[in-house]
Amino acid sequence: MRIGVPRESRDGQAIVAATPSTTSVLVGLGHELLVESGAGARAAYPDSAYAGAGAQIVDRAAVWAADLVLKVDPPTQEEVALLRPDGALAGLLAPARSPELLQLLTDRGVTAFAMDAVPRMSRSQSLDVLSSMANLSGYRAVVEAAHELGGMFGGQVTAAGTTPPARVFVAGAGVAGLAAIGAARALGAEVRATDVRPEVAEQVESLGATFVPLGATTTSADGYARALTEDQEALAAAVYDREARAADVVITTALLPGRPAPRLIGSETVAAMRPGSVVVDLAAATGGNVAGTVRDQRVVTEGGVHLLGWTDLAGRLPGQASQLYGTNMVSLVRLVAGPGGELAPDLEDEVVRGMTVARAGELLWPPPPSSVQARGPAPSAAPAAPPAPPAPAPAPAPDRATRRAVLLATGALVALAAALAPHEVRAHLTVFALAVVAGYYVISHVTHALHTPLMSVTNAISGIICVGALLQVGSADPWVTALSMVGITVASVNIVGGFTVTHRMLGMFRRAEP
Amino acid sequence: MSLTLDAAAETAYLLAALLFLGALAGLSRHESARRGNLLGIVGMALALTATVALAVRDAERGTVVTLLLIAVAVGVGAVIGVWRARAVEMTGMPELIAMLHSFVGLAAVLVGVNTYLTHGHGSGGAAVSQRVEIAVGVFIGAVTLTGSVVAWGKLSGRMSGAPLMLPRRHLLNLVVVLASVALAGWFVVAPSLWSLLVLTGMALLLGAHLVASIGGGDMPVVVSMLNSYSGWAAAAAGFMLGNDLLIITGALVGSSGAILSYLMCKAMNRSFLSVIAGGFGQGTPAAGLAGAGGSGPVAATQPVREITPEAAADLLRTARTVVVTPGYGMAVARAQYAVARLAERLGELGVRVRFGIHPVAGRLPGHMNVLLAEARVPYDIVLGLEEINPDLADTDVVLVIGANDTVNPAAVEEPVSPIAGMPVLEVWHARQVIVFKRSMATGYSGVDNPLFGRDNTRMLFGDATDRVEDILVALAGATTSPTTTTTSPTTPEESSHR
Repeated sequence: MRIGVPRESRDGQAIVAATPSTTSVLVGLGHELLVESGAGARAAYPDSAYAGAGAQIVDRAAVWAADLVLKVDPPTQEEVALLRPDGALAGLLAPARSPELLQLLTDRGVTAFAMDAVPRMSRSQSLDVLSSMANLSGYRAVVEAAHELGGMFGGQVTAAGTTPPARVFVAGAGVAGLAAIGAARALGAEVRATDVRPEVAEQVESLGATFVPLGATTTSADGYARALTEDQEALAAAVYDREARAADVVITTALLPGRPAPRLIGSETVAAMRPGSVVVDLAAATGGNVAGTVRDQRVVTEGGVHLLGWTDLAGRLPGQASQLYGTNMVSLVRLVAGPGGELAPDLEDEVVRGMTVARAGELLWPPPPSSVQARGPAPSAAPAAPPAPPAPAPAPAPDRATRRAVLLATGALVALAAALAPHEVRAHLTVFALAVVAGYYVISHVTHALHTPLMSVTNAISGIICVGALLQVGSADPWVTALSMVGITVASVNIVGGFTVTHRMLGMFRRAEP
Repeated sequence: MSLTLDAAAETAYLLAALLFLGALAGLSRHESARRGNLLGIVGMALALTATVALAVRDAERGTVVTLLLIAVAVGVGAVIGVWRARAVEMTGMPELIAMLHSFVGLAAVLVGVNTYLTHGHGSGGAAVSQRVEIAVGVFIGAVTLTGSVVAWGKLSGRMSGAPLMLPRRHLLNLVVVLASVALAGWFVVAPSLWSLLVLTGMALLLGAHLVASIGGGDMPVVVSMLNSYSGWAAAAAGFMLGNDLLIITGALVGSSGAILSYLMCKAMNRSFLSVIAGGFGQGTPAAGLAGAGGSGPVAATQPVREITPEAAADLLRTARTVVVTPGYGMAVARAQYAVARLAERLGELGVRVRFGIHPVAGRLPGHMNVLLAEARVPYDIVLGLEEINPDLADTDVVLVIGANDTVNPAAVEEPVSPIAGMPVLEVWHARQVIVFKRSMATGYSGVDNPLFGRDNTRMLFGDATDRVEDILVALAGATTSPTTTTTSPTTPEESSHR
């Protein structure tokens, strides 16, 4: 298909949706690349580099008439009008906040992919523009703060006295927050960070920062943070207040998908911060986490606190931002291109469905709720069909109907056996059935790492068959005695060998020394 | 006196059953695993002591002779058991476990035959139901016996790991099963020793054929399945003898083995039946087709880029996070010690090293964990598939050591691939992947691995142990020079904190 890469119309936007290297990948996939003259100029990618990578350098009208237009910013009204009615567009469309744009795109009849609405699944990581851009923003936020702060990040002991390291507080340890923590640590600052999701504490600490628990926790099914309840908010606010007052630099990164950013730090806290301290608010585009930040402005409060509301932090690293964004775009093209290279988005695919906001005159936003689990802790209990008694264990059927049939058949068999069996056998069947269920529940939570020892210990235990042979060894029949002798011997090998080898193995497992 | 002995024995059995349950429960977590093993030993000692007392009382020979016979049998078994358990290499664990399973199967067959010889001839409801139990017990025991022996042969390399593909093998199995059922029915109605022995023989053949037609890479499932069978065999023996302890223990082992098998199958995204039916990796032509689609360039002979151990050492030294994903190849090369030393060395250099283990890596459930534990890798840096996958995108270097199918991107990206949909370690999301491999051969499934041709993949060919040692040498050579590049007099630790 013909893929167009226009020059971004907003002056401040230095990112371009394809770089010479992603261009050559797309060309290699069999697509035709049309790049608007000057598209990569602000990211220091000259036209000649694109041409060298196999793209045609064309004018504005030709780019917008391509089959698929790769954008960064949402298109303007005039740009939408340039799209072919059967064409397609991909970019950061902010579908939740821009219903007018979606209506415009729908009316035009184009297919529109919102790169900022990619469902979070391990499969879709290669499309995740938000993560790749947030990573750069977090880094750049620290650089901006370091520039603004009238002091060094790292502490020093010199003949002229001792300077303590700067104290940086990062609110929100998502991709941007973690990048900021890493960058601030690398500059030598003392970093403290917090997040509503307690499970990120380990990641924060792995970067050398101190995790500050909020005392309030939320984890959502889709991996994004969620709004807090009032009680939790009060607890959290106290933590933000305490940390912000003590910090030289505050970096806030709390975003809620499709909603205004949560207010983390109020005006009183800002007023109480040290003069000269710096706040970088990465959520300025959606209202800001900090009272007083203004989108794309540098504000100095009466108390001398510098509030930076830059929304183009990733764009301040345009070369790399374009490269990462472009790579995400390559993944998108791979995903939506059919076998012949034509545009063929599979709306049955949850990833494609989630990011497609308009198609052929139909508004597809919001997508149906996702059933996908977060890339976080997975539920540990596996819903397994309880195994049936003797003979071959049943296949755990994937679909419910089969599973139900297997269960019913098993139940019927057990019932039949019980009904036909003499009284004593029925008593044994009861014991047997209960033991099967007990075994199922006892085992279903075993950590994977212990499967081998578990197997060797069950092996040792199944040597209990020795009991049977022992009871027969006293028989007057020499054949019976001989057979039971063999039985006792092999069962003993099992018992002793099984327990010994388990003991040996378990002795090897150890924890890291603290 | 005899009444109280019965009561005491039954109490001992009850306690033993509870102790076994506690043993299995204990084995589910690292913290309680050793206690679990101990509970199992105590339970077993209790049960066997009580049984010996019963056996001596009911013996038709003198007490001394009976005790002597038992002592000889148990003594010989115990000596062999301790010897094998002490001598076994951790890489040889799958073989040992398969061999032990066969013993349970053998014992079950012997107990079944004995039960028939002693009590099997009566008529009436009780005798008939006992003969049903004998037939079932002998059948399961015999299948377990030969199945385990074949599994042992495959695992220890004494037999080819390739699946045996007899024509119409499913039909063959079905015929044997149906014939066994018919024969068992005849045995129940008109008991005779030879019909029982023929039944045993058919079950022996069935067991051998069932496992012979399953490929080497499916052995984790097979071993845990045989574990389950050995439990059911013990339970069947319990029914024969009217012994609740045997029933309980057998059922516990049987259901636990079945669950393990189920978990393994899920980890491979395959149905239990397809594994049991066997023959995986044969006649699946899709591997070559994969490259034709638009989803990724996979040629049959894809170009790969090599890396030297020195360059790999440089990459590792400058990395922040490293994840090691071992596979069966690590076990074959016995590279776990070298890998553990490398992990330790990198840890000293400030690199965060973790291990990612695929549930079906190796030839036994949890095989890799045991090998790494043997090499004294702390278990809390050894993570499972779900735990490590989300972190791989943020990992600087992944070392793939002797793994292939478990890190194959085709499972995620090629819908036509034979392993499509199998959960894999998504190592290709990492910044750099280094694959340790002996040659460009395909993995067990016979599927090409597009990972090797990726832009961020480098190959390090050769024996895994040697190559890891080379990296260790390169690391040692480079780090003898001072690592500090900044010479400022900063000592942040000493500066005052606010």
